[in-house]
Amino acid sequence: MGTTLTETKTLVGQSVRRKEDPRLITGTATYVDDIQQPGMNYAAVVRSPHAAARIKGVDTKAARELPGVVAVFTGSDVAELGPVPCGASLPGLRVPYHHLLAQDRVYFVGHPVAVVVAHDRYIARDAAERVEVDYETVAAVTDSEKALAPGAPAVHPQWPDNLAFTFEQNGGDFAQAARDADVVVRQRITSQRLIPMALEPRGVVAEWRSGDKALTIYSSSQIPHLMRTLVAQILGIAENRLRVVAPEVGGGFGSKLNVYAEEALMGFVAMKTGKPVKWIESRRENFLATTHGRGHVDYLEIAAKKDGTILGLSLKLIQDLGAYHQLLTPAVPTLSVLMMPGLYRFRNIHATILGVFTNCVPTDAYRGAGRPEATHAIERIVDCLAAELKMDPAEIRFKNFVHNDEFPYLTATGLSYDSGNYAAPLEKALDLVSYSELRNQQAEARAAGRLMGIGIATYGEICAIGPSPATPAGGWESATVKIEPSGKVTVMSGVKVHGQGEETTFSQIVADELGVDMDDIVVLHGDTTLVQYGIGTFGSRATAIGGTALYFAVQDLKAKIKKFGAMMLNSDDVSFVGGRCVCNRSGKSVSLAEVAGASHRALALPPGTDPGLVATKFWEPPNFTFPFGAHIVVTEVDRETGGIKINRYVAVDDCGRIINPMIVAGQIHGGVAQGLGQALFEQAVYDESGQLVTGELTDYAVPKATMMPWIETGHTVTPSPVNPLGVKGVGEAGTIGCSPAVVNSVVDALSPLGVRHIDMPLTPEKIWTLIQGGAA
Amino acid sequence: MISQPFEYSRPGTLAEALELLSGGSTKPLAGGMSLIPMMKLRLAAPEHLIDLSRIPGLDAISEGGGSIRIGALATHYGIESSALIRAKCPLLAETAGRIGDVQVRNSGTIGGSVAHADPSSDYAAALLALDATVHIAGRRGNRSLPYAEFLVDTFTTLLEPGELVEAIEIPAENPSTGSSYQKMVQPASGFAIVGVAARVARIAGKITFARIGITGLGSKAFRAVNVEALLLAGNAAAAAAAAGDGIEANSDLHASSHYRSQMVKVYCARAISTALSRAA
Ligand SMILES: Cc1cc2nc3c(=O)[nH]c(=O)nc-3n(C[C@H](O)[C@H](O)[C@H](O)COP(=O)(O)OP(=O)(O)OC[C@H]3O[C@@H](n4cnc5c(N)ncnc54)[C@H](O)[C@@H]3O)c2cc1C
Repeated sequence: MGTTLTETKTLVGQSVRRKEDPRLITGTATYVDDIQQPGMNYAAVVRSPHAAARIKGVDTKAARELPGVVAVFTGSDVAELGPVPCGASLPGLRVPYHHLLAQDRVYFVGHPVAVVVAHDRYIARDAAERVEVDYETVAAVTDSEKALAPGAPAVHPQWPDNLAFTFEQNGGDFAQAARDADVVVRQRITSQRLIPMALEPRGVVAEWRSGDKALTIYSSSQIPHLMRTLVAQILGIAENRLRVVAPEVGGGFGSKLNVYAEEALMGFVAMKTGKPVKWIESRRENFLATTHGRGHVDYLEIAAKKDGTILGLSLKLIQDLGAYHQLLTPAVPTLSVLMMPGLYRFRNIHATILGVFTNCVPTDAYRGAGRPEATHAIERIVDCLAAELKMDPAEIRFKNFVHNDEFPYLTATGLSYDSGNYAAPLEKALDLVSYSELRNQQAEARAAGRLMGIGIATYGEICAIGPSPATPAGGWESATVKIEPSGKVTVMSGVKVHGQGEETTFSQIVADELGVDMDDIVVLHGDTTLVQYGIGTFGSRATAIGGTALYFAVQDLKAKIKKFGAMMLNSDDVSFVGGRCVCNRSGKSVSLAEVAGASHRALALPPGTDPGLVATKFWEPPNFTFPFGAHIVVTEVDRETGGIKINRYVAVDDCGRIINPMIVAGQIHGGVAQGLGQALFEQAVYDESGQLVTGELTDYAVPKATMMPWIETGHTVTPSPVNPLGVKGVGEAGTIGCSPAVVNSVVDALSPLGVRHIDMPLTPEKIWTLIQGGAA
Repeated sequence: MISQPFEYSRPGTLAEALELLSGGSTKPLAGGMSLIPMMKLRLAAPEHLIDLSRIPGLDAISEGGGSIRIGALATHYGIESSALIRAKCPLLAETAGRIGDVQVRNSGTIGGSVAHADPSSDYAAALLALDATVHIAGRRGNRSLPYAEFLVDTFTTLLEPGELVEAIEIPAENPSTGSSYQKMVQPASGFAIVGVAARVARIAGKITFARIGITGLGSKAFRAVNVEALLLAGNAAAAAAAAGDGIEANSDLHASSHYRSQMVKVYCARAISTALSRAA
């Protein structure tokens, strides 16, 4: 029977509902804390209440005597294990040995000192309180600039200057640019310390099967495979005897792009006690002991001609590292300096990073990781320049954008921008807000004494991180596609999906390519025993790299499907369309399920072809991708209180080809929420003694739904030539575009009062003080 | 974030609750919105929790003898949405609607809030402006106190150990009186940085009645009698600017004492003008 072939509608490009949502919404997803094991014990971590102290003794007797306590481990038990790894290497980097538990000294409040193991989590918590640690406190330093001052307390006594590294990035000749310039504008701009605040805190379950010499670690992680490699190293066990499973992960934002002491510690505890053990981080511990983000003090100079042509940028970046290097701590600011040219054509760059130890929990990647900081600094200083030259902030940007005919564009920092049309999103955003009309309204508002602001920020970012030479552990990604004998499709991806929706977008890609139903595709990820090695989800890489690996695996599979189809149809001219192999001459066809069945039954095989339908692809990207966009924010400041109201938020992003517009909008919304958090509300505050003052949600203000403005999203589409999907990445864009747009808007509102810059967060009191004419 | 071990009882009557409360280290549990977090942080460690939530009728809201009686267990949402309170005591409904977030309003109770005496409690400002009375039940008898007397200081009231707040009583609002609650919100917790409750009435343009309650500024909420006097003296312009005079303003991460002491004036002015716009 001949089959009429109709053009199949593609799923790529449509707002297909997320496959992962029903289980999340109905509470039936399996997180680490949902995992139960027979005979499982519970662990609680004893943490330092001091930012800097010598440990003179640890007395665990009272804890051990509490009924139900199984064991208590202290620093001496794990002295031979470790260290907690730093994956970044920079010339001359000072790396303190990061033990799993503090040895003779603690370096920040929350530093793990002991682990208590008990029959239930309540006993463990009570026993933790009975561990007596004899501390002798020493002076602490929590501010990165103070830590650099002569005579500051040394975080690590062996390095009295607190300097972990210095790093330079140069391009062109900034000194010459400054000499050639008509104007040089200087500004100190900070990106404060933030707490990533995944809704699900960290958690670990570890199970040791002594007979198999096999350890299984369940952990809420973005990078299960890397964790397997690194935890095996820490514990000194063979990598192939460790299985890491990242089940449902309730948000990471970079804070779970890490390997923490607790993951290895629970493995150690399980092996020592011979019983499974669970540790679930409390919210309080999450504040104290999970990595923070940002922590920049930037000194910027921008050199320009009178007509607004930017000639160069110089930056001294002081990065608050905290007390240790976690996995990528020192690498994060290096991303910032790579990005310094932004979307602009200037060729002269001079950047110095000073990486500074402080008695605080380490900083590391947080949504955007180095790129929001850079964009914030660039887009603020460009606005400062525009103000100095009395130019319109849109005009100065248009003037300096890389031109469309210059792609691929080699930047002064050595990046090759893949594709771009930088004016397009800004034009579209200006259109959406009716910019000239808006400026008229602003003039009227000002005449009436109101403080109305219009803030523009454009951004470029480095996504699809990244080519292997640019990443510590390899920058490729992997995928396996299997067609089961029944024709159902199983995808095994090396990325770890944890909220981004790739179970859906990957299914869309596969459904289009194989002509199967979305519901017939299962996407598996996050289990190192199930899935071939992969790198993980971070740096807006999962779809651009993992999706591409998947795409190529599917192409390999399609070739094999066609071979079976040709054999089954007894034809040498077959196509594979809409889920069927069709003989182009007779019109006869066989379904994918029939091909799958035949390939597994294997009564006959096409020449030179093995049974089964499985393909695996490891794909190395030739370059990063470089999304871009423009955000415009309209604000009004309450003169009497300093309160800020956002009246319009317009985000036009270009993330390349869009696979699922709803998911892209969701990523932008979430990103903007976190950007707004930084711009307006959030700040991790340590006092002088090293106590985290914002250690609870009652004091650390993450934005809630009711605090969000309406976000108008728009897109331009400039496909990336780096991968066949044409995608660039969108996970971090919202955060990156947001904070400078908001701050530019509020500075614009206050500009009639002579205000030129305000550091985040823009609290009402800070704004009110400026309105009163005082220093913020 | 795990509390110390404790026992738990859920009495079915007020008498039973009072009986249980007479034991050693006990605490009544209402909505748990303040008590449970303190227990989780181990700032409170009662050995025995007496859960009031199943005592029938303790959440009743009723009218009689010219006043509104609100059972201690009435939730913030129950108060915000009660037709009776919206009609006869609109200031309290408005205030309840500004507390925390939806989840807190669904669980938290007025009795718990009043007994807890947080220095930023929203109700405190309103109850002072409303001349409220607190009805207290105890094993050795019941008593009633004006709220202004009942409230002593930060986390301190005249409630004796073993006593319970049974109800709050508020005179039904005079229909010609206008009222308003204005609050500057601390963005993390939702609590008031400052909150001002105002009730005013006027005849022929002259203010004849004024009640101003202020929360969040100092160690406890208070009635701003100086502001009231200026309003009654016809000096509306100076009234709000006097708000907080003589009070040592709190200072924290979210607002310095200077800022708070200025904001209370702004919010006082807003509360008065909104209340006036609602007055007959
Ligand atoms: C996130 C969050 C935000 C909040 N925001 C605000 C806000 O904006 N404004 C505000 O005013 N409040 C706020 N609160 C506090 C909230 O209003 C609480 O509900 C209230 O303070 C306590 O009421 P409860 O019923 O929860 O009492 P519980 O927590 O159960 O008890 C509080 C205390 O009162 C005692 N108690 C309870 N009932 C009685 C009784 N009938 N007699 C005697 N003692 C009793 C308890 O023993 C305990 O000591 C917030 C709370 C949270 C968690």
